[in-house]
Amino acid sequence: MKEKALILNDNDIERILKRISHEIIERNKGSENLVFIGIQKRGVPLAARIAKNIEDLEKNDLKIGRLDITFYRDDVGSKIKPVIDITDIPFEIDDKDIILVDDVLFTGRTIRASLDAIIDFGRPKTIQLVVLVDRGHRELPIRADYVGKNIPTSRDEFVEVKLREIDKIDMVTICQSEQR
Amino acid sequence: MKMLSTRNVITIDDLSIDDIYMIMENADSFYEVLDRELKKVPTLRGKTIINLFFESSTRTRTSFEIAAKRLSADLINFSTSTSSLKKGESIIDTLKTIQSMMIDLLIIRHSDSGVMNLITENIDVPIINAGDGKHQHPTQALLDLYTIKKSFKDFKGLKVAVTGDILNSRVARSDIKLFKKMGMDVTIVSAPMLLPENLEYFDSSYIYDIDKIIEDIDILYMLRMQFERQDRKYYPSIKEYDRFLSLNMERLKKMKKGSIIMHPGPVNRGIEISENVMNHAENFSGFKINTQVTNGVAVRMALIYLMLGST
Repeated sequence: MKEKALILNDNDIERILKRISHEIIERNKGSENLVFIGIQKRGVPLAARIAKNIEDLEKNDLKIGRLDITFYRDDVGSKIKPVIDITDIPFEIDDKDIILVDDVLFTGRTIRASLDAIIDFGRPKTIQLVVLVDRGHRELPIRADYVGKNIPTSRDEFVEVKLREIDKIDMVTICQSEQR
Repeated sequence: MKMLSTRNVITIDDLSIDDIYMIMENADSFYEVLDRELKKVPTLRGKTIINLFFESSTRTRTSFEIAAKRLSADLINFSTSTSSLKKGESIIDTLKTIQSMMIDLLIIRHSDSGVMNLITENIDVPIINAGDGKHQHPTQALLDLYTIKKSFKDFKGLKVAVTGDILNSRVARSDIKLFKKMGMDVTIVSAPMLLPENLEYFDSSYIYDIDKIIEDIDILYMLRMQFERQDRKYYPSIKEYDRFLSLNMERLKKMKKGSIIMHPGPVNRGIEISENVMNHAENFSGFKINTQVTNGVAVRMALIYLMLGST
């Protein structure tokens, strides 16, 4: 993959997450009933950062879970993911407002799989989607409630998100993929 | 693209070290599904798996059945009694009939060692060997390895004593091969009459008296006396077995801190493990026999997923 353009640097990402944290508090009139689920892999640190921002503002403790959607994919086998990351939702989700967090929203199939997974765990009051980047090209009627940045892309491009918890650096770039 | 380097899992040698690490890493995620209230994921929906057990089994068959169902696959049990089948030809006919029903995976157990090779030559469906005669039982070895992985940081250099009826045990053959493959230090503890002639096959040290290493080992793996596979009496008396090979309270107390005890089950109480130890098993966190059973479902889920979850 060839890097084409830097879209967001570490400061941009930090400001976006702060803004989204405020939006969540605003829309939910506080944070009492919120729980967080981060989609593996990079949704997890994003969820942790947003939850921490809200905890600092609201002076409370928020629950964070991790979800790997490999079991719920609609294309088992075609995209190879040999190692499945951990799913760990150690709390009740019934009647909770779930803040579901992922790094990039693209076709919407990952989110569709996440909804199926979450419903298997219980009956939440609402599920609200946070994405750092929306790159368009939806194949299903899925939309995000909170968007970091809209980045129009062409199909053969690739949005690469790097986060310091995993990649030692915070940045979002557009890349040209060799084959797709 | 396949996820495993092999199409069939007949012996432990079919799996590369990368395959084994992949199964071990994925087993944790499958274990988590077993812990949920809703113990099902839709991953293998629409896949058809046949349990073809020519030899009777409750534990292994049920373990595979639960594993398949947790992944939403359709599993059908097909039991046959060997007495009604002639050897060789009829097995192939049976399999070709089943293959015509458009199935995705076969799990086979048979009382003849080596029958799996005959099957793989004649059939086009991926196969998991659930135990063939005295030859191999690869999924047992994998779940044993996973159990060890959960108790220790690293495989390399772990001292394991594989104890008991080696001669008649397919578990021994798969386990010892796998343990050595992962860098563990294997000692066979057995009586001469319970050993096969070609001990070099195992490439491990051998002693006949368990007391010689009971204090040094990290893992005590007790094999089941395979009474149903023994065509003649292999030991003079249970007392002699007890003297050199069995786990009693005295020996249990000598085992070092952090060591674990394993057994493929079911335990012959009073033979491999004394009644006393079995009755107090809950008090010892090192007793992994029940954990092995749970781990078995998780590992079989991981294996089935890796074999079927690819186009």
